[in-house]
Amino acid sequence: MAVSATATHEEPRVVLSARGLTKHFGAFAAVKNVDLDVEHARVHALIGPNGAGKTTVFNLLTKFLQPTAGSITLLGTDITKTAPDKVARMGLVRSFQISAVFPHLTVLDNVRVALQRPNGLATQFWLPMSSLDRLNARADELIEAVGLKRERDALAADLSYGRKRVLEIATTLALDPKVLLLDEPMAGMGQEDIGTVSNIIREVAKTRAVLMVEHNLSVVADICHHVTVLQRGEILAEGDYATVSQDERVRLAYMGSEDA
Amino acid sequence: MSDMTHTAAKPRAERSATASMTYAIFLTAGLILLVLAPLFFYPIFLMKLLCFALFACAFNLLLGYTGLLSFGHATFFGGAAYFTAHVVKEWGFPPELGVLTGVVGAALLGLVMGYVAIRRQGIYFAMITLALSQMFFFFCLQAEFTEGEDGIQSVPRGHLFGFIDLSQSTNMYYFVLAVFLIGMVIIWRFINSPFGMILKSIRENEARATSLGYSVARYKLGAFVMSAALAGLAGGVKALVFQFATLTDVAWQMSGEVILMTLLGGIGTLIGPIFGAGLVVTLQNYLATSDFPVTIITGVVFMVCVLLFRRGIIGEFYASRLGRKLGFEHRR
Repeated sequence: MAVSATATHEEPRVVLSARGLTKHFGAFAAVKNVDLDVEHARVHALIGPNGAGKTTVFNLLTKFLQPTAGSITLLGTDITKTAPDKVARMGLVRSFQISAVFPHLTVLDNVRVALQRPNGLATQFWLPMSSLDRLNARADELIEAVGLKRERDALAADLSYGRKRVLEIATTLALDPKVLLLDEPMAGMGQEDIGTVSNIIREVAKTRAVLMVEHNLSVVADICHHVTVLQRGEILAEGDYATVSQDERVRLAYMGSEDA
Repeated sequence: MSDMTHTAAKPRAERSATASMTYAIFLTAGLILLVLAPLFFYPIFLMKLLCFALFACAFNLLLGYTGLLSFGHATFFGGAAYFTAHVVKEWGFPPELGVLTGVVGAALLGLVMGYVAIRRQGIYFAMITLALSQMFFFFCLQAEFTEGEDGIQSVPRGHLFGFIDLSQSTNMYYFVLAVFLIGMVIIWRFINSPFGMILKSIRENEARATSLGYSVARYKLGAFVMSAALAGLAGGVKALVFQFATLTDVAWQMSGEVILMTLLGGIGTLIGPIFGAGLVVTLQNYLATSDFPVTIITGVVFMVCVLLFRRGIIGEFYASRLGRKLGFEHRR
C-alpha cells in the first residue's frame, strides 16, 4: 500500500473491504468483480468517468443496494446481508451526491437530528422539544468545527450549495463514524469551501477511514493516500495518485489531456 | 412553537413572538367558545363534531406529519366504537374503562395493519390499508359480538368514575370536551417531541434519515399506532355519545370522509382538521333533512376546495397576508 508523506501516528489497517462485488441491473452489469480495501487513517479516492459505477459501489457498500454477487466486510463483520440503517449504526456512514440535508430544519436541528439516536433521545414521544437542548453543546462544537457558526439558526434550505455540503459533513461526523463514505463532497463548491472541506477531511481521516468519490483531481492529489480508478464497473488501476496518474490506460480513459 | 426557540435571527424570532401571542389569544378564545357552546347549540351535534374533529386530527398525525395516506382509518374509529360498546353494554365496564378498551383495541389493530402496510409507499400503502379495513368490515359483519346489521344498540353511558352521571347531556358534553382536549394535547406533544423531530426529518429526507441510522419503518409504525389509538379514542367516545356502534363506522366511506375533513381543513396544520370536520359534520347535519343529497354537496365542496384552496381552510389562512401578519407560518 502506498504510504504518503502525510502519514499519521495511527496505524493503517483494513476496516472495510469488498471482494468480488458485482451488481447487475437486468442484463446490464453496473459493477463487475470489484475488490476494495479501505484503511483506517487513510483517505481513499474512487475516481472514474461518468457512468463508471462509483455511486453504485457506494450504494452497495452502504447496503442501499443489494449486491448480485460478492461480499462486504466491515470491521471484521460480514455485512453482505445487513440492512442499511444497521450498517450506519455499526459505524459506516455515507453522504449523498445530491446534498442530503433536512431542508426545512435549521442548521442546528440538522446536526441535532444526527445526534439524537447515539444519545438515546430519538423515541421519546412524551418529552418536550426542549429535552433536546442537552445536545446543543456537542452540536455547536460540530457546527463550529466546519465553520457554520454564523448560519447556525438559518434554515438548511437557505444555505448555498457548498455550505449545504459542509453541513452534511457535520451531520455525518455527529455519528462519530468509523468509516466515512463521501459521494462527491466537493461537487459544485466554490474555491474557499473546497479548502475548508479538504482540511476537514484531512483532519477527520486522522482517526477514521474515508472513502470518497471525487472528480476534482487536484483535491484527490492533495488529500488522498490511495486511488482506485473505475471504468465501466471494473477496476482499471490502483495505487497512489502519482502511480495512477502516470498509467497510460487511466490517462486515456479518464484524465484525457488533463495534467496532474 | 418550541422548535423555534433557538432562532436567533431577528425577523424569525420576532415572528415567533407574534405567533405565540396570537396562539395564546386564539387558544383562549377557542376554549371559551367550546366551554360555552352547549348554551347555543344542540349538545349531541357538538359532541359529534368533537368526536370527528379528534378523529380527523388523529388521521392528520399520519397524513400531515408522517406523509402516509391511510385509506383504512375507519377500522380504528369503528373498531374502537364496537369494543367500547361491547364491554360497556355486555361486561358492565364503567365508561372510562370502556373508552380505554376501545383505544387499546384500536392500537392493536393499528399495530397489525401498520406492520403489514408500512413498507409500501404511496398508492400501494393506501390500497393495502383499504384492503385490510375491508377485511375488518366483513369480520364485523359476520362476528357475533357486533350483532351484524343491527349493530350494538342502547349502550348505557354509565357513571364516569362512578359518580358523574353521563346520561345528562351537559355532563356528557364536558366529558367529550375533556377527552378531545386530552387528545389534542397528546397530538401536540407527539409532534413537538424528540420522536416528532425524527418523523419530521424522515418526511424531509428519508434516505438521509436511514443513512443516519434510523430504521424509518419503525418510526412510521410508531406514528401509525399512535394515530390508530387516537382514532380509537374518538370512536370509543362516539359510541357512548350515540349509545350505539354500527357498521357505518367501519365502512370504507368513513375512511374517505376523514380524508375529506383533513384535506378541507388543511393537511399538516394542527387545528385544520377540526375545521374540516366542523364543516363536513355541519353540512351533513343541516342537509340531512333537506331533499338534496348530502353526498353531492360534500362532493362539490371538496372539488371547490381542491381547485381553489389547495392548502385547506386553515392552511390558506396561515399562508394569507393576514395569517402571516399574525405570525403564522405555513410550512409544507
